[in-house]
Amino acid sequence: MKLNNLFFSSNSSRFSLIFLLFIMILLINGSVFGQDKPVLSDSLNYDSIITASKPLPPVDIRVKDEPGDAGGVIDISWKPSPDEKNGKVKEYLIFRSKSKSGPFKEVGNSTVGVTSYMDNKADLGVGFYYKVASFNFAKENGNYLWKSMGESEVYGPVKSTAQWFNIKRLNIFIGIIVLCGAIIYFIFAAKSGKSFYIRKIAGIEEVENAVGRATEMGRSIYYIPGINDMDDVQTLASMTILGRVATFAAENDTRIDVPVSRSLVMVTAKEMVREAYSKVGRPDSFREDQVRYLTDDQFGYAAAVDGLFVREKPATIFMIGAFFAESLIIAETGNSIGAIQIAGTAMPAQLPFFVAACDYTLIGEELFAASAYLSREPKLLGSLKGQDFGKAVFLIAIIIGVILESFGIPFSKFFMAH
Amino acid sequence: MGFWGQFGVWLAALLTIGIISFLYKDNFLYKACEAIFVGISAGYWFIVYYWDNLYKKFYLQVTNHDLTSWERIIPWVGFILGVMMLSRLFEKIGWLSRWPLAFIVGATAGLYMMIYFVSNAMAQVASTIIPVFIGDWATIIANFFIVAGTFCGLVYFFFSKEHKGAFGLASRVGIWFLMITFGASFGYTVMSRMSLMIGRLDFLFGTWLGMIK
Repeated sequence: MKLNNLFFSSNSSRFSLIFLLFIMILLINGSVFGQDKPVLSDSLNYDSIITASKPLPPVDIRVKDEPGDAGGVIDISWKPSPDEKNGKVKEYLIFRSKSKSGPFKEVGNSTVGVTSYMDNKADLGVGFYYKVASFNFAKENGNYLWKSMGESEVYGPVKSTAQWFNIKRLNIFIGIIVLCGAIIYFIFAAKSGKSFYIRKIAGIEEVENAVGRATEMGRSIYYIPGINDMDDVQTLASMTILGRVATFAAENDTRIDVPVSRSLVMVTAKEMVREAYSKVGRPDSFREDQVRYLTDDQFGYAAAVDGLFVREKPATIFMIGAFFAESLIIAETGNSIGAIQIAGTAMPAQLPFFVAACDYTLIGEELFAASAYLSREPKLLGSLKGQDFGKAVFLIAIIIGVILESFGIPFSKFFMAH
Repeated sequence: MGFWGQFGVWLAALLTIGIISFLYKDNFLYKACEAIFVGISAGYWFIVYYWDNLYKKFYLQVTNHDLTSWERIIPWVGFILGVMMLSRLFEKIGWLSRWPLAFIVGATAGLYMMIYFVSNAMAQVASTIIPVFIGDWATIIANFFIVAGTFCGLVYFFFSKEHKGAFGLASRVGIWFLMITFGASFGYTVMSRMSLMIGRLDFLFGTWLGMIK
């Protein structure tokens, strides 16, 4: 077919004309070929703009390994480019290479006003070269109209290394040493026969009475250990208290049920309850189904526990451990069936609900003190005394710190973690 | 909305009503909903744990040849500890299950000691050490309450000293601070729960019954 026929035959000629017009419109708008390079107005000379807008590079660049870390981090700092005041710097770009001659790859950027960058992707023990560039640009619809950079010299090589100690965290090290030292000292003192006073904790004082109530009424006791797993200190404390509660229950031959929402908690709780029954000489009274798994789901667990409460109507309910939004659902149901309820948690958001719906509530640290109070074991008593020593140190620090800060002498920095 | 969409809405509505019916009293509908909820969630979490732990953290790790041999050995430690938990099923070697438990408890205590000391002790003390005589009146009063509340609250949690005299007074002020905080927290949380209830009612009367447009 001849070219004339293709373009000017009846149907194809119309198509060809429309196609050519479409291409022309696209070219004029620059929407096909001009996406990366915006159409330049004839009156503008972008090369001259780029040359005139090229900023001077930042000065006094320093590159060093981040001290006191596990490696993998290099700090880059600089002083602002002299052109920052003229508004010719919009960003600083940080480039990195394994070789002084390059090629350099951009590893990060920072806005104007920030004069440091932490390269936390530097391989351990590998030497890196860096340069920092002042970056000036103009954008339209997200695309660069023009861009201009003033690059610094190359600095390096710098290797990231790992250190055993972070000197910035010396305050934490001292704090831990003081606290652990006090705890160890008081544990040894308690073991050597020194007696320590522990103030009354109302909720714990009532544990024995609450178990006795269930015995008198001929009903069971329910112990809810919260919904967190064994990697939560509240669950750990809860298991210790469960051991004591189960011992009281076994002594009175009263059934204790422990519905749980975590498999590991089930295993631990079973051990605690079984041991309690063995300790009082009633190993045969223990039934495997006393400690049972319901579900891991928070509200599924709450629904199941509510159902158990209303059907079995326990006389006493313990809710001790880590609780979340299910706390009030469970506590309110326990309240509605007339059970005596003792709760304990260190979750600040759930404490109000327990205070409102339960007869006794162990607030925060009382939960952890309860196990020492119940068992009177020298190890736990000494630990509690050591913690009180730590609190006394902090109280004194607060008083001194507030006075010093009020007179304009900074003191709080000592307690800040870096 | 297609048939299955409508089916889902009806099912969700009936289950919602079933759970809410517990407010009246324990009944068959609630028992059915409870059993469905517990059964499905237990099954769901079993599958989640299988894919998240056994598959992702164990199988994919030990079969990933891009990792170093050491990185491929580590997951086996967890796997062996997990298998040891199953020894409870056999009476003679049941004692083996105490080892992984001891590992978890010990590792947890060690790991969290630093975290809790930094966030619950040092950071709290640093935030409390603030000037109480500097700034305008509002700042001075606010700062005074922060310092006094923290101080008295901390006194309340002293267990090895009898709470009497000035110490007892500070302790009583401390518990007042705690109770006022609990009251505010209670009100705030109740309001957020109200929004949850409104969401459910919106579903029942809007999505299900179409009474709210």
